[in-house]
Amino acid sequence: MSSDAPDAVDSADVAAAADAPEDEPEANDSAVEEAAKHVPSGGPPLRVEGLVKRFGGVTAVDDASFEVESGSLTGLIGPNGAGKSTTFNCITGVHEPTAGTVYFEGEDITGLKPHQIARKGLVRTFQIARELSEMTVLENLMLAPQGQLGESAIRAVTPGLRGAVVEEETALRERAWETLEFFEIDHLAHEHAGNLSGGQRKLLEMARALMTDPEMVLLDEPLAGVNPTLEEKLLDRIHDLRADGYTFLLVEHDMDVIMNNCERVIVMHQGSVLAEGTGDEIRNDERVIEAYLGEDL
Amino acid sequence: MSGADAPGDSDSGPSERASEAPESATGALADAARESDLGLVVGTLLAIYAVATLLTFTDGLNSVVGLLETLTFLGLVYALTALALNLQWGYTGLFNIGVAGFMAVGVYTMGMAVRPPDPAFGPPGLGLPLPVGILAGMGMAALLGAIAALPALRLKADYLAIVTLGLSEIVRLSLQSSAFDNFLRETIGAGTGGGRGMGMPDNPVRGLFLVDGQAGNPTPLGELVFGVFGNDGLGISHSILVGWGYIAVLAAFLVGFYLILERLGRSPFGRTMKAIREDELVADSLGKDVNLVKIKVFVIGCALMGLAGILWFGSQGNVSPTPQFRPLLTFYVFIAVIIGGSGSNTGSVLGGIVFAAVLFEGPRRVGATVRGLIDAETPSSFADALVSLDPVAFLAYATDNVAPLQFVFLGLVLVFIIHRRPDGILGDRIETAAAVDLSERPAGGESDE
Amino acid sequence: MGTTDSSIVDSARARPGLLFVVLLGGLLLIDLAAKLVGADLGPIGGSLSVDRLGSNLWNGVVIGLVIGLAGIGLSMTYSILSFANFSHGDLVSVGAFSGWGVAFLLAGFGDVPVRALLTVRDAGSASPGDIGAHILTTPGAILVGLLAAFVVTALLAVALDRAFYKPMRDRDGIALLIASIGAALIVRYLLQFGYGSDRRGVTASVDASNLAFGPLGLSVNAHELTILVAAIGLMLAMHAMLQHTKLGTAMRAMADNKDLALITGIPAERVVTATWIIGGGLAGASGYLYVLLRGTIQFDFGWLLLLLIFAAVILGGIGSVYGAIAGGLVIGVVFTTSTIWIPSDFNQAAAFGVMILMLLLRPEGLFGGVSTA
Repeated sequence: MSSDAPDAVDSADVAAAADAPEDEPEANDSAVEEAAKHVPSGGPPLRVEGLVKRFGGVTAVDDASFEVESGSLTGLIGPNGAGKSTTFNCITGVHEPTAGTVYFEGEDITGLKPHQIARKGLVRTFQIARELSEMTVLENLMLAPQGQLGESAIRAVTPGLRGAVVEEETALRERAWETLEFFEIDHLAHEHAGNLSGGQRKLLEMARALMTDPEMVLLDEPLAGVNPTLEEKLLDRIHDLRADGYTFLLVEHDMDVIMNNCERVIVMHQGSVLAEGTGDEIRNDERVIEAYLGEDL
Repeated sequence: MSGADAPGDSDSGPSERASEAPESATGALADAARESDLGLVVGTLLAIYAVATLLTFTDGLNSVVGLLETLTFLGLVYALTALALNLQWGYTGLFNIGVAGFMAVGVYTMGMAVRPPDPAFGPPGLGLPLPVGILAGMGMAALLGAIAALPALRLKADYLAIVTLGLSEIVRLSLQSSAFDNFLRETIGAGTGGGRGMGMPDNPVRGLFLVDGQAGNPTPLGELVFGVFGNDGLGISHSILVGWGYIAVLAAFLVGFYLILERLGRSPFGRTMKAIREDELVADSLGKDVNLVKIKVFVIGCALMGLAGILWFGSQGNVSPTPQFRPLLTFYVFIAVIIGGSGSNTGSVLGGIVFAAVLFEGPRRVGATVRGLIDAETPSSFADALVSLDPVAFLAYATDNVAPLQFVFLGLVLVFIIHRRPDGILGDRIETAAAVDLSERPAGGESDE
Repeated sequence: MGTTDSSIVDSARARPGLLFVVLLGGLLLIDLAAKLVGADLGPIGGSLSVDRLGSNLWNGVVIGLVIGLAGIGLSMTYSILSFANFSHGDLVSVGAFSGWGVAFLLAGFGDVPVRALLTVRDAGSASPGDIGAHILTTPGAILVGLLAAFVVTALLAVALDRAFYKPMRDRDGIALLIASIGAALIVRYLLQFGYGSDRRGVTASVDASNLAFGPLGLSVNAHELTILVAAIGLMLAMHAMLQHTKLGTAMRAMADNKDLALITGIPAERVVTATWIIGGGLAGASGYLYVLLRGTIQFDFGWLLLLLIFAAVILGGIGSVYGAIAGGLVIGVVFTTSTIWIPSDFNQAAAFGVMILMLLLRPEGLFGGVSTA
């Protein structure tokens, strides 16, 4: 059972989370402290080699290879149908690649199930926000952390063992509140997630992904359908978190967003990687301009 | 949302009807009852008791107490089964319509384990103690649940429905088969009895009142109870009194089921179940082992269904595969869960009680009472009743054939609820899925100091 | 060819369950051959006459055709309306009762009280022999009865749709499934209320009815032949409708991709109504034919058939009309020939077992992926 092993680690976590607010009254700072555990381990955490995905006769991803550097905010762009979403799905285990390998922190994770990949610290959000609409915002967040004691049915029920579950839940609730405050959606904590606006759902999804305590987050068009004020807020949060050592891979349709925010940009076209480089390099790349001919650059 | 008219609606529960006459005081009481789950359940039971008493009080105390006993027994066993189903369907969204099969496996395994190796009649058993038999029954139901979970891992909900229905029919047909009976007798030395079924082991509750379960030979407790309420006291038949003793046991089990399932729901495990119900991919992407949780839910739910089957049919003297374990039994339980609102444990208990009394037993009793008031011969068929052009004769036919009409009524209720009140009679209830109170933020986080 | 070899090995490796089923099927075939030649090879073999196998297969085909006919409607409503209709079995019963009521009325009018005829012998006494309900004595009445079964059941199916399912078009499949369980209860027990609950004989026996088919030793009776002709005729009509009419094209489009079909301007509600008329009508006709085959009728026989019909539809692949027919034939043959290996009270369980295996190993059905309607 999943919850057997990390006993000691979890209780240490719990203690840290419970103590944090006393030391640091600022909620934001304690979320930072949480994140500070993720010191970049050096080397690219995510490496994709020769990724191929075919659906029937259609090749959606055709020999794509790229790396994402540790602690970076990397953008993945490309025209419609370039294979960005399929690449995401192959990395996170939603699809099994037809060929190729995905390494995360040096480990081959190709063909693992989504939950196995998430447990390794690689978590994603969805292009169309998939909030759990019948659960409250707070419940959505408290669902996310890995290896909770109470995920064991026995622990959740048995009188002697439930005490530890309740204790951990108390700490989790606190951490969830801090995360909500960090994203400035704490006023929505008790709303059913289904009642949130499109932009709020995107924030919720990112907050939920962070609650899993990831090393790296894949953001699938986090700004689609988000109003400009909220967009700015979201980008600010991403920059804050990146500064704390999280790694981000960001798929975005909006070129400006990518160019203005990402230090590295990967361009996909017709299933493979067309170009890689800084925003300026990409902006001046002949092949990219050609691929985007007819679209707004 | 269709629940906007909930509070004042006349169909919002029998408790409403019962407290209609004196307005202010009992109205306040009903409001209070609605707020507390226990009050809601007890209030509903009392309302049902009141109506049942009104229907039968002319027949004397024995009839009244007997009817109340029947209604309570059915209400409790339906509530038990509905709770087990609610874990699978209500919380996790696993559409299992093989409930009857899992109950049958539970009670049959118990019977085969506990029956004596050389009974006077019926199939032989293994002669094990009753508690062992009960555990074995739950274990077998859980095992079958684990097998049934395999399709649940890869199939859409409606396919799963057909698979589980097929599985429960395979169980029933196997129990029905004399070849299977013989096979089991030869291999493990215990049989199912085939189509004729098997007698159930003695109910230990009976032993509390009667020495060796023999009528006319009461224990000291039996003597006390029978003396006050029985033939020497209020004149209530002894079997009804023993039945009430068993109801106490059932009530204890119901409380146990409820507490276990509430704790399960109010925990990280419960959050994962709800997440799977809503969106499997999200649960999976957040690192939850969806398949493992589904298997666990199937195993726990089916074990509870097995236990419910034992408590229900194990106390009925004799079990046989048909018609007791027809798919209809599963649908009854589903209706109970739907009435109460799937996803709510309190709703399941309430749904079980309301279903048993109002939909299952009620129409028969009302029909019989009405038939008793009609002084006319029953036409031999619907066509005869129709061509007689005599409303009284028609009513006589209808009340004499109330069983099919009751099923028609059940069907109408089911369609009505799905159309108008998909959240059940209690409406949308928030069932928090956490081990701590989420409603208020504890100030500063050091609340437990 | 090397490529085919390796692809077989690959698919076996990818689908161990499928390999198991193929091996088991092979073993059963070898056993069957051994039984037929009378060889006794330890656990396999034994004795089985060609006659018995022949009549098992023939019975399987006839019952399979009836199940397949009912399956067409279930498959159509499943794919076009996206829900498993649990009241389909009771539509089968409705067809049987209404059709036989009309057939009796035509066959026995004048000699027997009308109410006994219309209620299929629930009210009043009349024996099937008196009424003369047999294809050889009253062929006209039997055929009109079949037509009546189709029409009445189609009308009921449309009425149920208007009352129960139409208000929930936007709801999910499970809500509709639950509503259909409600509809099933209503229909089944109204039948019991109106027609009584006892099982009774319907068809008369006629001496000259059995036709023997020489070399195979098959004994085929006139009713089985009627079913063969009627079922195949209805299936051909169905095929012609789907392939060569505008409605048929629209139905196939709806089954294939509902959203796309709506965008392209297919009148959805009219297609839905047509689906209920055809699907319900075929269900009614199959119930009528089932009673012609079995000779008895009871208010809940359709409900008891439902799971077998589901098995046929799943086997053939949901959404495929031809798959439903093929699935029906497979289920029918499994149903009748499984008694060669297992006790006869397990044949229904065997059919359900085949269905569950199919769902686990190949949920898209035998002809998966090809959506014909």
